[in-house]
Amino acid sequence: MQRYYQKDIETMPQERLRELQSQKLVKQVRHVYEHVPYYRDLMEKKGVTPDEIRGVDDLYKLPFLSKNDLRETYPYGMLAVPLSDCVRIQSTSGTTGKRVIAYYTQHDIDLWEECCARAIMAAGGTRDDVVQVCYGYGLFTGGPGLNGGSHKVGSLTLPMSSGNTERQIQFMMDLKATILCCTPSYAAYIGESLKERGYKPEDNCLKAGIFGAEPWTEEMRHDIEASLGIKAYDIYGLTETSGPGVSFECEEQKGMHINEDHFLAEIIDPDTGEVLPEGSRGELVFTSLDKEAFPLLRYRTRDICVLTRKKCSCGRTHVRMSKPMGRSDDMLIIRGVNVFPSQIETVLLNEGYAPNYRIEVDRANNSDTLDVYVELVPEQFSDTVSGVTAREKALAGAIKTMLGINPAVHLVAPKTIERSEGKAVRVIDKRKLHD
Amino acid sequence: MAIKQLTVFVENRRGCLAEITDLLAKNGIDMRALSIADTKDFGILRLIVSDTQKALHVLRENCVLVQTTDVIGVKLSDRTGELSSALAALDRAGINVEYLYAFLTRVAQNAYVVLRVEDNGAAADVLTKAGFAMVGEDDIRAL
Repeated sequence: MQRYYQKDIETMPQERLRELQSQKLVKQVRHVYEHVPYYRDLMEKKGVTPDEIRGVDDLYKLPFLSKNDLRETYPYGMLAVPLSDCVRIQSTSGTTGKRVIAYYTQHDIDLWEECCARAIMAAGGTRDDVVQVCYGYGLFTGGPGLNGGSHKVGSLTLPMSSGNTERQIQFMMDLKATILCCTPSYAAYIGESLKERGYKPEDNCLKAGIFGAEPWTEEMRHDIEASLGIKAYDIYGLTETSGPGVSFECEEQKGMHINEDHFLAEIIDPDTGEVLPEGSRGELVFTSLDKEAFPLLRYRTRDICVLTRKKCSCGRTHVRMSKPMGRSDDMLIIRGVNVFPSQIETVLLNEGYAPNYRIEVDRANNSDTLDVYVELVPEQFSDTVSGVTAREKALAGAIKTMLGINPAVHLVAPKTIERSEGKAVRVIDKRKLHD
Repeated sequence: MAIKQLTVFVENRRGCLAEITDLLAKNGIDMRALSIADTKDFGILRLIVSDTQKALHVLRENCVLVQTTDVIGVKLSDRTGELSSALAALDRAGINVEYLYAFLTRVAQNAYVVLRVEDNGAAADVLTKAGFAMVGEDDIRAL
């Protein structure tokens, strides 16, 4: 059963899609050039005029934008319409520095919600579903995005917001929620909580989950699917482009279809800025084709991933992106090696541990140290000290094999690592305190 | 001949051990024998208690990582060299002792000692043949 929210667009032949993108791009570049002096300056510095952008093939001529540009222009330096035309502000969590705010006209909100509606329908959602949204509501885009998408599909929406797990479970059971939307770490936590209360996976009515806003692994997907008895779909997005729904998984669960009619994607070499061919691993760059108020051109997401245009059996023609290896904001450079927390998580799950961990990076004697704290699980417990330290050594060895650097592994008691109801804070980089 | 030991993972932080003993006390569970092995980061508490099943339930309900381990107990008369001769018997049979500890209570001129070995059956045979009596679950209940 194939379900689309906007079938004609989602299954449009790629050549036609490219024509549509070209038309929109030409218009959008002109709109930005005329209304955003900051970007006009960047274009002039690069010596490019709107006339030179005749289609998608000319995209490479445009200057990049980065998070830093958004901080420079905070709050309204990127505004491309009169403020009176805007109806909403959203904001990033600000975990990596100063907050970035995004502004939306009603048209911008509609297109964002349509993207989320496509994601919900790709996960099997219909007007008969009960969609429990436990992403945070407010400035964070997670709650409002999926809430709006669910409305567009016509599903019954439970605007739970994050936290209060007791109430989440009560509503999930009493109102027979069928689709769960939250961060993957919270989904795992809900699964754990249901089990503690004696519920089996088949006791709930959930059939699907749409999880995003933080990196997660295939192993974590399998765990969540098993503990909740659902199919777990990934969704991707960032406040700078609109919010969740920039791309989403279909039933194939092999990469996320980017809503290319709205967001033009490129992969570049993060060091040189050079555009890389399809299939290369590099930094993902987005150009908003339709957004009116906050239309970012060639915005560098800092996410490292791969794009593929291979045909998908779901019928959607839009390009698919791999799960990001983690935002480069999450990427740690430890002793000169690039480390993504998701790599460590993969090892933990492979070695039979739960994904409850904390990574601490510090510096001692001018060298970086990596400490990984992991909750001990009954299967790995032993009655001798040598038994437990052998487990620690084995895990350290497996992490070393993955990363190439030797961590100190500390097994800690169950339930002592803080559970997250929003984005998980799994990394503590103490080196920053010394700088 | 094996007896059940509770093996508890204890974090090396203040008050952690007290929380566990407190839980047992509140639930009327007596400790018959105990030992703790500690490292910089964690400790492993080993206990023989009056009601193993109840203790397991209480501790697990409070999210304490606990499991049972089969160990053997040997009765030693209160004489110099008794433990040495028991260990010598095991050594002659090539049986390695991982750890051992004594019961808190002394019974009629006997000291009970808990032994953790690779093969409980073999060790019990060796000790019995060497003239030692083993501690059974009944002996613990009688304490």
